Amino acid sequence: MKYAYYPGCSLERNAAAYDHSVREVSDLLGIKLQEIDDWNCCGATEYFSQNELAACAVIARNLALVEPQTDQIVAPCAACYLNLAKTDKLMVDHPEFGKEVNQCLAAGGLKYEPGRVTVRHMLDVIVDDIGETAVRDKVVRPLAGLRVAPYYGCQVVRPIDNNDNPEYPMKMDHLLNWLGAEVVDYPVKAHCCGGHLTQISEPQAFELIRRLLQNAQDYNADMIICMCPMCQLNLDGYQSRVNGFFGTEFKLPIMYFTQMLGIAFGIDPQKLGFGKELVTAMPVLEAKLGGLLV
Amino acid sequence: MADKIGIYVCHCGSNIAGTIDVEEVARWAGKNIEGVVVSRDYKFMCSSLGQQMIEDDIKNEGLTGVVVGACSPHLHEKTFRNACKRAGLNPFLCQMTNLREHVSWVNSDKAAGTKKAKALIFAAAERVKRQKPLEPMEVEVNPATLVVGGGIAGLQATLELADAGYPVYLVEREPSIGGHMAQFDKTFPTLDCSACILTPKMSEVGQHENVTLLTYSELEEVSGSVGNFKVKIRKKARYVDEDKCTGCGICIEKCPRKVIDNAFEAGMGYRKAIYSPFPQAVPRIPVIDTENCTWFTRGKCRVCSKVCPTDAVDYDQKDETVELNVGNIIMATGWKLFDCKRIPQYGFGRLANVYTSMEFERLCNAAGPTSGKIVMRDGKTEPKSVAIVHCVGSRDVNFNPYCSAVCCMAALKFGHLVLEKTKAEVYSFYIDIRTPMKEYEEFYQRLLGEGMHFIRGKVAEVTDAARRPEEHGKLIVQAEDTLLGKQRRIPVDMVILMGGLEPQADAKELGLKCGISCSMAGWYTERHPKLDPVATMTDGVFVAGVCQGPKDIPAAVAQGAAAAARVAGMIAKGIVTIEPIVASIDEENCSGCRICNDLCPFNAIEYDEEKKVSRVITALCKGCGTCVAACPAGVITGAHFNNEQIFAEIDGILWDANPQAEVEIASV
Repeated sequence: MKYAYYPGCSLERNAAAYDHSVREVSDLLGIKLQEIDDWNCCGATEYFSQNELAACAVIARNLALVEPQTDQIVAPCAACYLNLAKTDKLMVDHPEFGKEVNQCLAAGGLKYEPGRVTVRHMLDVIVDDIGETAVRDKVVRPLAGLRVAPYYGCQVVRPIDNNDNPEYPMKMDHLLNWLGAEVVDYPVKAHCCGGHLTQISEPQAFELIRRLLQNAQDYNADMIICMCPMCQLNLDGYQSRVNGFFGTEFKLPIMYFTQMLGIAFGIDPQKLGFGKELVTAMPVLEAKLGGLLV
Repeated sequence: MADKIGIYVCHCGSNIAGTIDVEEVARWAGKNIEGVVVSRDYKFMCSSLGQQMIEDDIKNEGLTGVVVGACSPHLHEKTFRNACKRAGLNPFLCQMTNLREHVSWVNSDKAAGTKKAKALIFAAAERVKRQKPLEPMEVEVNPATLVVGGGIAGLQATLELADAGYPVYLVEREPSIGGHMAQFDKTFPTLDCSACILTPKMSEVGQHENVTLLTYSELEEVSGSVGNFKVKIRKKARYVDEDKCTGCGICIEKCPRKVIDNAFEAGMGYRKAIYSPFPQAVPRIPVIDTENCTWFTRGKCRVCSKVCPTDAVDYDQKDETVELNVGNIIMATGWKLFDCKRIPQYGFGRLANVYTSMEFERLCNAAGPTSGKIVMRDGKTEPKSVAIVHCVGSRDVNFNPYCSAVCCMAALKFGHLVLEKTKAEVYSFYIDIRTPMKEYEEFYQRLLGEGMHFIRGKVAEVTDAARRPEEHGKLIVQAEDTLLGKQRRIPVDMVILMGGLEPQADAKELGLKCGISCSMAGWYTERHPKLDPVATMTDGVFVAGVCQGPKDIPAAVAQGAAAAARVAGMIAKGIVTIEPIVASIDEENCSGCRICNDLCPFNAIEYDEEKKVSRVITALCKGCGTCVAACPAGVITGAHFNNEQIFAEIDGILWDANPQAEVEIASV
């Protein structure tokens, strides 16, 4: 199965582990990712409220760059996924606006026909296209005994329908279950991590992060598994600051679901970006999965 | 005889005249349609003056056909046919065309509307010229009635008819009649005990000389038509001989197999593998649940058979099909509760102390699993605080857009019961409180006085993820209080989800069997939403109770009685007039291929072995036209819908089409 691949900026820097593990796991599952040549930033969440036309034009450029023989684009980053999907939908639903976007693209000699490319999140590709049997078949190192808390965040489950329940999504629960892990059914799995709120109002942002960590810990999770670089950054990067702020002692590793697929598939943890996380996952992996990782 | 057609275009106040130039249509028709001798428009054609005008024209002008351009024939075809009849014109020489529902109500462009109205009038005029006088037929009405569903609506209908002296067959799929009302504790707003007012009716039905009770049975097949339906009922095997069983209950007492009762007790209590759903069940004859019975699953036990004093247990019993002849059918098939697990953020099935409204009914019920004590799932702790969540699955575009009509009052009732039986605080989370019926608003005022807290806001989630110390170990109900404009988190011990009412899972399938349709939401469609709420588009089939739409007990009872009154009227009259729109076979040219025999959905075609031809049984034919279309020799004719009439109608619709243009298109 062939997809255009849009890594997005985060995956080049802070979420490099996500990028590495996506590529490794895709190779093993036969997902052919063709990285879009000369892709540009999606503008993240802020640009839309500044200038919608410019924001969409910047995003649509990436859609226009998808080769004509490919009609699906996959993004691992939740914000990139939503921005690409939202832009396509806006252009389909409002043809006049679509024309304006195309006028912008014409300046660069590009054109995008609304609706031509289907935007997919990496999780959906693996769960819906590859499916349970193919995933289970590849598992050589079941994650038995490891208690994982799947964390969905907000941007993949809504507002674009990805065939999951936006209020109580289950797709990652199923996937981690196929890997043999003990999946923690905890209630805040689709609550917001605060996004960029850390840059504006730390107390509020820290409280949102604390709630997630607290609830996962209350349910005895060994680690939180996420599908968005922003969520990972907030929960992992700010974990020590949150501890300092509230006097808590959280020590929860925050990993990408593709990293977990990778170790279950027997891929070398180094290649999957293990070790890049700030709250190290190694001790709990050693304790729960034994010497498998060495 | 030359055609003398009268055209009558109705304004319907401004309903039609608002978007159609009715005067222009009438004037134009008078000039341009061949054979038209009078063409008039009038404010309200259905008024007595309008009808009189048509009658006078028939007499004075000697009209041979009448076209009325007005509303839907469902509303006034009878009116105008009768007017024609009074003036001596055969009613089937009157043709209605629908300028309201088909044109003015669905269009805002007056020029386009007027043009379409002209085409429809033209079509009707061309058609009516070729219509033939027909005489309606009369058939006798079988005085027996089938009532499907033994809930309160069905029971009421059954008793009304049986008390009037007519035989009734009552079919119920569960082992006992009683329906949902038998599960309830109290009824709002009077708070009288549900069982106390229901069970007398149940036993009356059970003992009535005119009622044949068919419980644990389902409607399989319906054929025939009004006055003379033939129905097949499947009596599921009870594995207990109904004639021998005395209902002593010793088999139930001795049965060693305990099963969670997901039906009557809503999963809150237990029953045995041989069971009767509740103590006041009618009939008292138990059934064996073969999925759980040790004899059926493992070939051991037979305790019930050993202890039965009358040797009534029969493990070899088989399902049985009963055929009945009835004149009318009343559908009172009820509803099912919305599956609260479909809203996972409310936690039902995941968080122990989240209850559905039906579970809570059983919890409150003195005959229920806790003998009416309001305690949490541990079976002993009384809640200190209870949240009641309204509109679970109702008034929600993601699930059911409609209001379930009874949940606000049931929530108030629950609030009262909690306040009466415990020391708990009660919080109601509502969108709007809807208490429109008699003494309902007063009940709401009473609960306000009793100290129930009302928070106006749709609940976002019910969670056990505590944020503050006081939330630990509690269920937290989060909602935006839209009166305060603030998010609120109320920690409680128990949450009750007021699940909405939904059509039965097989409502559509069952409806199709007797020729009635469902609304978008799945409720049975009545003949007219205001003026004919218990009849359906199929003559002789009536609806009553919640299967027609969410309603409370008084409304369901009223509909049950209303449906019975309609049926009683037909039985009292004794005959029913059937439209003479039937098929007929030209026997001279019939090849006897018998293709039509098997296709007829009403079994209305018989085969004459001697003459080797097929023949339509007129009394059974519904005029559907299937055989007409299927006959390879083209020798079957549908009265009132023959080829000549239909083609004339099409020609009329296309009066302004340019045949040359069609040739050009075809040649491209």
